[in-house]
Amino acid sequence: MFDTLDQIFILLKQWLVAFLPAGLQPLAGIALSVVAIIGLFPALFALTVLLERKGLGRMQNRFGPNRVGPFGILQPIADGIKSLTKEDIVPLSADAAVHFLAPVVLVVAVFMGFAVLPMGRNMTLVNMDASLLFYFAIGASTELSVFMAGWSSRNKYSLLGAMRAVAQMISYEVPLLMSSVTVVMIAGSLSLNRIVEAQNRYTWGLPHWYIFTPWGLASFVMYAIATMAETNRSPFDLPEGESELVAGYFTEYSGFKFALFFLGEYLAMFSISGLGATLFLGGWSAPFSFLVWVPSWIWFFGKLLVSMCVFIWVRGTLPRLRQDQLMNFAWKFVLPLTMLNLMVAALWHFLGVGWERWVFCSAILAVAYVGLAWVQMRSQHFGARSYRYAE
Amino acid sequence: MLGEGILKGLAETAKNFAGSFVSAERLTTVQYPEERIAPIEATRDFPFLVFDAENRDGGGPEWEAGMRCVACQICEKECPPKCIYIEKSKDKKLDYLGKAQYYPARFDIDISVCMSCQICVEVCPFEAIKMDTEFELSTTDRFGGLLLDREQLAKPNEYYHKIHPTEAAAVDARLAEAKAKADTKSTNAAIASAVKGAEIPARTPAGGD
Repeated sequence: MFDTLDQIFILLKQWLVAFLPAGLQPLAGIALSVVAIIGLFPALFALTVLLERKGLGRMQNRFGPNRVGPFGILQPIADGIKSLTKEDIVPLSADAAVHFLAPVVLVVAVFMGFAVLPMGRNMTLVNMDASLLFYFAIGASTELSVFMAGWSSRNKYSLLGAMRAVAQMISYEVPLLMSSVTVVMIAGSLSLNRIVEAQNRYTWGLPHWYIFTPWGLASFVMYAIATMAETNRSPFDLPEGESELVAGYFTEYSGFKFALFFLGEYLAMFSISGLGATLFLGGWSAPFSFLVWVPSWIWFFGKLLVSMCVFIWVRGTLPRLRQDQLMNFAWKFVLPLTMLNLMVAALWHFLGVGWERWVFCSAILAVAYVGLAWVQMRSQHFGARSYRYAE
Repeated sequence: MLGEGILKGLAETAKNFAGSFVSAERLTTVQYPEERIAPIEATRDFPFLVFDAENRDGGGPEWEAGMRCVACQICEKECPPKCIYIEKSKDKKLDYLGKAQYYPARFDIDISVCMSCQICVEVCPFEAIKMDTEFELSTTDRFGGLLLDREQLAKPNEYYHKIHPTEAAAVDARLAEAKAKADTKSTNAAIASAVKGAEIPARTPAGGD
């Protein structure tokens, strides 16, 4: 019974595909999975936007949207209709083809990332040996679409916004990759399915998730920071900067293309949260051994939604960083720590099973964190401020 | 310690989030169309024309007969965005002092142009134009619907008292003073002319100079 529920989507797909002639079955199976992904995540997007607007409102002691439907739950539909019926403006001097392609490239690239995520037991669309590599290769092309948007608008502010966005995304791509590499080192595989399988073991009822190891925790924290920067989320939302830039690189977009950028941003958040859950939080595995009967996809999407809530919570809390603070933080703090963490992960592997590796690895990371923070946060004295012309 | 402030901030927003479901006084939002806050006396947006129902002279409806405006066109000239348009009447009517004055045959204010600076109110020597507090002015016709004519602009003195009580009381006191002054002046003049009229025949028999 529980096994059926766990595999319900697979069985449903097999049942549907069985109606077709044998030659078409593999293709139809893939098409069905793709349609499911393309349908499901935009629906989750609508849900998340509503949660975000309501949640942010509550954090600021406001009601949030409460006019459309009971408690405002139909607000995403109203937003969707609004963006669909709005006029689609293309600037006269814009490069129309690239201007049109940019949001499409973004959404397509983000959707392709979902192909390799294990969303439940046997629920991976494409089971690749190097799925993590594929994921990052595809993820990097979102930067291309950002630059396409800024460049094709033929607006110097859009272009500046795009350049800032690309600089930020490239800077944080490095720690993002480096913190994921530790998992690959320990699991010994680039396949996300194998990484989940490696974490799907229990000792005394507790899971072997990588977040519960010193290097895993450090990796996870840095992965989360890099994720927020990579998806242009607050406090790293400089490229978008709602309150000062309005939209940065997609200033010149309106109507449905603007909505596509918005969608792409949220889908990127889903997919990168899903990857984070897969790498560090055991993917679709249950948090306690007595809960393994709960269908695996519930755990995956539960973890996804929890991380979305954390995204919203952080957005409601932190102010936006300055560009130099952003860059300094990436190159001078997160990157050295991820590099050190690579070595700590290696040490963890070579120390073998025992209490020593817990003590050594934790100590090295704690000392590095405190020391690096002390060096970075020292008050620096530049002397009295001098003015060239004002005096 | 690095990260301490972030945790404190997260705790604060979590407290707000949970608190907003528990205590209603945290939520300060006034849900506008259903709930309204009491109007503030000092608020102002667009001008209106004051009329006195009791000072009517001539025919026409009450708002036209009792209008304080004498079509002097000072406000029209002073208006920085030039949103006022006045046409002077051909005939004259008696004002509250009993003096014959022109009246506006046309008085239009384009509130889509008006910038609510209140200069028209400050320059008006007749206390005829004042600032309104009406803000629900949305219309489906952005040209004609926002161009207010005489009739739409005219509002009774009682309305002025309702929206700006202190200011309206001061204006009324000033007007009453002016009227009293004018009355004594006219009485004095009457007396003087009466006296003069009485004196002249008395002086005549004494022979000219």
